[in-house]
Amino acid sequence: MTTYVRYELLRTFRNGRFFIFSLGFPLVLYFLIAGPNRDEHDLLQSGLSAPLYYMVGLAAFGAMMATTGSGARIAAERAVGWNRQLRITPLDSRSYIGAKVVTAYVTAVVSILLLYAAGTVLGVRLAAGNWLAMTALILVGLVPFAALGVLIGHLAGADTVGPAMGGTVSVLAFLGGTWFPITSGTLYDIARYLPSYWLVQASHVSVGGHGWGTRGWLVMAAWSIALIVLAARVYRNDTKRV
Amino acid sequence: MLSVRSQRRHVQSGDASELGVELRSLDKSFRSTEGTIHAVRGIDVSIASGETVAVLGPNGAGKSTTIEMLLGLANPDAGTVSVFGLSAAAAVDAGIVGAMLQTGGLIHDLTVREVVTMVASLYPSPLTVDEALELAEIGDLAPQRTNRLSGGQTQRVRAAIALVGDPELLVLDEPTVGMDVEGRRAFWTTMRAFAARGKTIVFATHYLEEADLYADRAVLMARGRVVADGPTTEIRAMVGARTIRATLPGAELDKLRALAGVVGAERHGEAVILSCSDSDAAIRALVGAYPDARDIEITGAGLEQAFLALTGDDEQAPRGLEEAQAA
Repeated sequence: MTTYVRYELLRTFRNGRFFIFSLGFPLVLYFLIAGPNRDEHDLLQSGLSAPLYYMVGLAAFGAMMATTGSGARIAAERAVGWNRQLRITPLDSRSYIGAKVVTAYVTAVVSILLLYAAGTVLGVRLAAGNWLAMTALILVGLVPFAALGVLIGHLAGADTVGPAMGGTVSVLAFLGGTWFPITSGTLYDIARYLPSYWLVQASHVSVGGHGWGTRGWLVMAAWSIALIVLAARVYRNDTKRV
Repeated sequence: MLSVRSQRRHVQSGDASELGVELRSLDKSFRSTEGTIHAVRGIDVSIASGETVAVLGPNGAGKSTTIEMLLGLANPDAGTVSVFGLSAAAAVDAGIVGAMLQTGGLIHDLTVREVVTMVASLYPSPLTVDEALELAEIGDLAPQRTNRLSGGQTQRVRAAIALVGDPELLVLDEPTVGMDVEGRRAFWTTMRAFAARGKTIVFATHYLEEADLYADRAVLMARGRVVADGPTTEIRAMVGARTIRATLPGAELDKLRALAGVVGAERHGEAVILSCSDSDAAIRALVGAYPDARDIEITGAGLEQAFLALTGDDEQAPRGLEEAQAA
């Protein structure tokens, strides 16, 4: 199993699309957006400095891309019949999904750490405990995205999975406040019910603020449960013996 | 999980390996856009441990459906599958089955060696990766990325993937489709070497010559049923073992058909071709009745004629090797 996961990771990191969208893209955008505003200490009344806000925003974006992308690659494997090939090996199908989730999290962590490094370059300084608390909250917040990836990986075909995943994640990232803080108006009313919004809100923990609050945890739990139930359903349909 | 382990120990202890593969009264229908298709209609096949068996038949004969049930990818509507005493799914979980499905590609962003290593890691007691690559004669491809392989090369890598778990039962569903002559030869050399380790091999094929050359036994399927099952030599003997060809202008086909040992006759220009149940008797009768017959040739009929005679279904007859290569 460890060997299997190791090669899953190896081939993910070799994949060009992963490098561009999950690692390169957020990093470049971070310097482009936060760089010119590095002296902004209260970005649009968010109470956070621009370098800190965008660090978490783009880390969340990269991590969403990485976690969703890992599951979404199931679509390509289904297209070439690789999942059927694996079903005639001793690998059980739960471990197959398990390996995808482990890969999702490892790649997400790499994406997050890269943005943290970029953040310190632009002057973000946090206490060790705050770094950890924020990271923990982000990792919990990625659960619905890992399930979303598995869901898309079973519903989309090999040629539609790219747009389906990229589009969904981009919209969720935008409405979640990845590109600018959303603090009022209609967008805010929508955003408060999205997992991506609360993912970005993890940034408040880093300056000693409270994390998600009851609403945040409820929204996260609801999305996680709903997407896990849906993902489990499509996955069971797919592996069912007919 | 524990039960699978204990079952595997049972398999390795030797007594269970005598069991082989048993398909009992298998029946399977599935729905399609054209209504319900009764793909497999009561199949009984026993395969001894160490045997190489070809499953032959035209498209739609039920070969692939049978193989899916043998691999636990599909559940039979009725009947049972037993693989060395285990259910199909338990045998797969125990790592004693390897297979090359009819269609399938490889995952990308890995080298051939890495893909084979990845699959090997899933089995309890695999071959070494080098051994599998060598058996499949793809040592030279090991450092190549899977994205860059030709169709034939991909098939040989898939063969290595099927072998690397060192399975007791290897199942191949039309494995040589799309391979050139050389690739096909290399592929069967690999499978012969694997069979020589005492492994059981079941393969489905359109190519009668492959069954003839590489199987101990052929199971002929048509319309979801087994229409013949026996050693390839025996199946040929069942329907006109040999053919006599002779230049014989003017002879009447009806009189030729009445000769001892002859079951059929047809004319090709000046030549006549006689299908024989007993070619020795037929050749004596022929030269006795027609002393002017010349250019006489006697040849083995091959499985193709046997197949046609057994299924009586020229329309859907499988293609011969030459025909397929020409196409």
